[in-house]
Amino acid sequence: MDKFMFVFHSPYSQETALMEMSPEAMQAEIQKWNTWIGGIAAQGKLIGTDALAPIGKTMTKGGQVITDGPFTEGKEIVGGYMLLTAASLDEAVELAKGCPMFDSDGTVEVRPIINFE
Amino acid sequence: MPDKIVSSTEPGQLVSHLFRHEAGRIVSVLTCMLGFDRVDQAEDIVQDTMVQALQSWRFQGIPDNPRAWLYRVARNKALDVVRREKRFREISAETDYWLQQENADTMQERYFFDEDITDSQLRMLFAICHPAIGVESQMAMCLKILCGLSVREIAGAFLTTEETIAKRIYRAKEKLRQEGIQLEVPTDAQLLVRLEAVQKSIYLLFSEGYNSSNPDQLIRQDLCEEAMRLCLLLAQTPRTQQPSVNALLALMCFQAARFDARTDANGAIILLADQDRSRWNQALIQQGHVYLNRSAEGAMPGEYHLEAGIAMLHCMAPTYDATDWPTVLLYYDMLLGLKPSPVVALHRAVALANVEGPQKALAEVANLSGLDSMHHYHAVLGDLYEQNGQFEPARIHYQRAIQLTSSTAEKELLRKKIEKQ
Repeated sequence: MDKFMFVFHSPYSQETALMEMSPEAMQAEIQKWNTWIGGIAAQGKLIGTDALAPIGKTMTKGGQVITDGPFTEGKEIVGGYMLLTAASLDEAVELAKGCPMFDSDGTVEVRPIINFE
Repeated sequence: MPDKIVSSTEPGQLVSHLFRHEAGRIVSVLTCMLGFDRVDQAEDIVQDTMVQALQSWRFQGIPDNPRAWLYRVARNKALDVVRREKRFREISAETDYWLQQENADTMQERYFFDEDITDSQLRMLFAICHPAIGVESQMAMCLKILCGLSVREIAGAFLTTEETIAKRIYRAKEKLRQEGIQLEVPTDAQLLVRLEAVQKSIYLLFSEGYNSSNPDQLIRQDLCEEAMRLCLLLAQTPRTQQPSVNALLALMCFQAARFDARTDANGAIILLADQDRSRWNQALIQQGHVYLNRSAEGAMPGEYHLEAGIAMLHCMAPTYDATDWPTVLLYYDMLLGLKPSPVVALHRAVALANVEGPQKALAEVANLSGLDSMHHYHAVLGDLYEQNGQFEPARIHYQRAIQLTSSTAEKELLRKKIEKQ
C-alpha cells in the first residue's frame, strides 16, 4: 500500500458562496462530504483529512515579504487535503472520483507520496 | 411527534433539518440577548457559525453534540460583537448586566438552557405574529427567523420572487422596530388575544402547505411540518397550552396524516372518496387523538375544535360512504354558528349532500354569494349537479372551475370528471 495525498482546490468564488448558503444546503453539503470520506475510512484507507481556512499569510523573499492570504491570484485556493493509502495511483484516482468537490467546480489533485525507503 | 413529522436520527447522519432548526433557535436566543434592533446581526452571527460548522464538519465529521457546538460558537461570536462595540446603551439592559458581570458562563447559563431556548422562540413567535404586521409578512418571518429557511426557499414555497419575500421581511422588521414591539410573551388578558393571532398565522402557514398549488410536494410538506413544530412549541409550554392550541395541533395531525394519500405517483390529485385509506399515517392519527383529548377542557368548543373534529371523523371512517356524515354536518353547523362564512357554508353543503341528498345541498349553495370567482365553489357545484343527474350544468361549472384554477393537477382532475360523465 502506498500513501497518497488529495489536494482540494476550490475556486475562490466557491469559498465566498458558502456565506450565501441556506442552513439546509449547508447540511446537505456536510452530508455529501461525510458520506464520501466515510466510504474511504470504512475501507481502512483514510489516514487523515483537514480543511484549511481561506485566510493566512504568504511569505516570500526569504521571509522578508509577508502578504495577506494564500491566494495571490484570487482565483483558486487550497481548501483542504486528505492523506490516504491506496494500492496504486489508479486506485487513488478511482477513490477521488466521488469527491463532492466536483459538484462545485473544484479540482482534486491526486499526488503519490514519495516513499524513500 | 411521529416519524413523518420529526424524523429520527439515522446512524452516521445528521438529525433531519438540524441546521435549519438550530439556526432558527439560535437567532431567537441571540436576538433576545442582543435586543430586537439587532436581529440582523444575530442572523449574521448564526450564518457565520453555520459556515464554520460546514467547514470543519465536512472533514472532521459531526461532533458528538452538534447542538452544543453550535451554541458555544454562536455565543462566543455574539460576545465578541458586544465586547468589540462596547455600545452598552444600545444593548438591552439585561445583557448589559450580564456583560458587566464579566462572566460569560453565567450568560450562557442564562440564555442557552433548554427552557430559555424555548422561551426565546416563544417571545420571537409572539413578536412576529403581532397584529400590526401583515399576515403574509408574519408567515415569511416565521419561516425565516424561527424555522431557519432562506429567502430563496421561502420564495419557492410561496411561488413568488426572492425580492418579494425580502421586502415582506424587511417591512416586518421595520414595523417591529417602529412600533417598539417587545420580545415577550404577553400575560393575563392580553395572552389569549395575542395567542389567537399566533394560532391564526400557524394555521395559515399549514394551509399554505396543505392546499397550495405548488407542484413541489416536498416544499409543501415542509411548510406543514414547520407549522406543526411552531404549534408544538405552544402546546408544550404551560403558559400557552390552551385548549385551542391542542385542538389546532390535533387538526394539523389529522390533516397531515392524509397528506401522502392525496396524490398518486404522478402527482395527480386523488379525492377523499377515492383515497387508499391504508396510506393514511396511523401514527399521526393517534397523535391527533391525543391532542384532541387534551383539548377537551374549557367551556365552548372553538373553531379549531370543530375543524379537528371533522378531520378526525374522516380519519376514523373505514370508507367514504361509511363516514359519520350526520356528525360531520353537525360540526359544520356549529362552525357556521361560530364563524359565519360562505366558504364554511360551501363545505357544509358537501356534508349536507351526503346526509340529505344533492338536491337539498344545491338549494343551500344557491343562497351563497361572493364565491363566484372561487374555483372550489364551481367544482363543488359541478359535483352536486352531477350527483343530481344534471350533467349539462355540471359540465358548465366544471369548465368554469378549470378556467379559475392555476393548478395543473386540479385542471386535470376536473377534465377527467367531465370525460367520465
